[in-house]
Amino acid sequence: MKFEERTPQLRLKLEGWRSRLVLVLVLGGFAALMARAFYLQAMATDFLQAKGEARYGRVVEMPASRGPVKDRNGQPLAISTPVESIWASPEGLEIDEAQLRALSRALALEPQELRQKIAHKDRQFVYLKRQISPDQAAKVMALGISGIFQQREYRRYYPAGEVMAHVVGFTGMEDSGQEGIELAAEGRLAGLPGSRKVIKDRKGRIVEDVESLRAPRDGEEVTLAIDQRLQFLAHRELKAAVATHHARGGALVILDAKTGEVVALVNQPDYNPNNRANLTGRKTRNRSVSDLFEPGSTLKPFTIAAALDSGVVKPDTTIQTAPGSMTIGAWTISDAHPHGALTVAQVIQKSSNVGAAKIMLAMPAERMGMLYRDLGFGAAPQSGFPGEAKGKLRPWTQWRPIEQATMSYGHGISVSLLQVARAYTIFTNDGRLLPISLLKRESQPIGKPIVSRATAREVTRMMEMAVSAEGTAPRAQVPGYRVAGKTGTAQKPEGGAYAEHKYVSSFVGFGPLSDPRFIVAVMLDEPAGEKYYGGDVGAPVFSSVMGAALRTLSVPPDAPQTLNVQAGALTEVEARAPTRIEEPPRAALSPGVQG
Amino acid sequence: MTRLNALLLIAIIACALAVITSQHRTRKAFVDLESEQAATKKLEEEWTQLQLEQSTWATNKRLEATASKQLGMRLPDPTTTVILTLEAGARE
Repeated sequence: MKFEERTPQLRLKLEGWRSRLVLVLVLGGFAALMARAFYLQAMATDFLQAKGEARYGRVVEMPASRGPVKDRNGQPLAISTPVESIWASPEGLEIDEAQLRALSRALALEPQELRQKIAHKDRQFVYLKRQISPDQAAKVMALGISGIFQQREYRRYYPAGEVMAHVVGFTGMEDSGQEGIELAAEGRLAGLPGSRKVIKDRKGRIVEDVESLRAPRDGEEVTLAIDQRLQFLAHRELKAAVATHHARGGALVILDAKTGEVVALVNQPDYNPNNRANLTGRKTRNRSVSDLFEPGSTLKPFTIAAALDSGVVKPDTTIQTAPGSMTIGAWTISDAHPHGALTVAQVIQKSSNVGAAKIMLAMPAERMGMLYRDLGFGAAPQSGFPGEAKGKLRPWTQWRPIEQATMSYGHGISVSLLQVARAYTIFTNDGRLLPISLLKRESQPIGKPIVSRATAREVTRMMEMAVSAEGTAPRAQVPGYRVAGKTGTAQKPEGGAYAEHKYVSSFVGFGPLSDPRFIVAVMLDEPAGEKYYGGDVGAPVFSSVMGAALRTLSVPPDAPQTLNVQAGALTEVEARAPTRIEEPPRAALSPGVQG
Repeated sequence: MTRLNALLLIAIIACALAVITSQHRTRKAFVDLESEQAATKKLEEEWTQLQLEQSTWATNKRLEATASKQLGMRLPDPTTTVILTLEAGARE
């Protein structure tokens, strides 16, 4: 008997289509799932991932700091340091009386002042205190008051204060350079903030770096050619001289005689870049770079150099300057003190206008015009400072004889102090003009030949005579060192004529002569005292700055025999030391460093 | 066949667990890296503040005042100064 016959239930056979239907349904279900999965994985993936990332991914800003400015020895001149600003959202602020008092103590604000700040409940943002030290901010945040927040900012500090003010300049809001090297080197100094995408966990910690959208780039360090020690000396001496002679202003430039680097540059009046509340254009003006003046006799050495170089005169050629004046057309040129017959060397030594004019008129105008042009007058000196003045030098083809004559002693031409100082590099480099640089140089530039080595040596010898007892500037002498230089006392042009009692007194010199290290150029604007000659006003500043600079750098004296002659001169510095010992404003200058 | 399948199943579970562990460790290491970088930043900031403080204390003006007033120092008198000349080559 068959199995089916014994169990009748098995004979109840289901219809075949029913199982097929179930199979189709199940397969259909699978197909739908796969289609959906394919859609999610392949078609809608971008949208879904973006949504997912928005739930846990965050873009984080990465701040970059502004680069420091340093002097040639690595001393910081401008540094950015982080500070915190505390702000509140009065709308969401929950604070009771005890907390308010604690907060006012932590912020060093009067409770009343604090109440006023948070009085407007509809506002969402109010600064409670800006730019406080991170330590102080941490104490404020430790109070745990909801609705109080902190914000990181960078503040720029200038440790050298007013001594460096005109060189370094300052930054304005948004941390961008406004003046000086801060403006000139903005591209290198400025930091570029970056951003990156991260995954944060429930506690707000960053757990994974997804990608760096933009790497932050800190600003570069900028190293200046300035030597802070010399800058300080120059600042002290110039400030004292401006006060002594009641001058309207003054400027002083020290160049390295061999590299053309600007190792010090100061102006008076000055300002404190850390506190710019009373800033005026008069104080911020960088006189040595952007102010033009008629230099006067400090240009005579170039007239003589041109004449010697072209063979018009020899150093011992005699020039008749009596009776101390000469007439060209309707104009008369005169000397401050009449001299008789002078050699070319004595024209420099005694600073004779008539002598210089006569030598000048013996040359074609082209010779002098080209020399002035080659020396860089009438063109920006390319030192890297913002606002460099070009100066005015009329083309020599248009010079009238009287202009040619006055040009010989530095009138009818306007220059900046920096240009004059630079022009003097031909005397310290065997006749080659050096390019100047505000940034530290790695190598010594070769320079452009302007006059012959013999001429440069010869004119230097004449300028050494100018600082001798018989010259115009015996007060420029530096005990222990051989120096050379030239005075300048120029009447100021005012409204088309020369003002009667307004002078610019200057002195440009260099030393030690055995191997020149520095060129010092000093200029005082309208000295109002009894003395206004460059030899009385500018020369003593030159002497003290040059002497102190050479001693500071331990340059061996090349004329030790003169050391004992002027015993008083060296102790001068001591008498002028500040009378009050100032504690550095520590709390104000160094946030976060607590005693 | 069944044994091979079981083996592969075990292998795939092990792999999955390993992936999870290494992912976790990566994140932990990353948190450490983050905190070290924050510490670096903090030290750099402290360095700038110390530089600032140092240069504030060492301004020439203050040094000069301290030397001349507190310590009673002065520039040597030229009459008592002796200049020594170095032998050639002694500077190097």
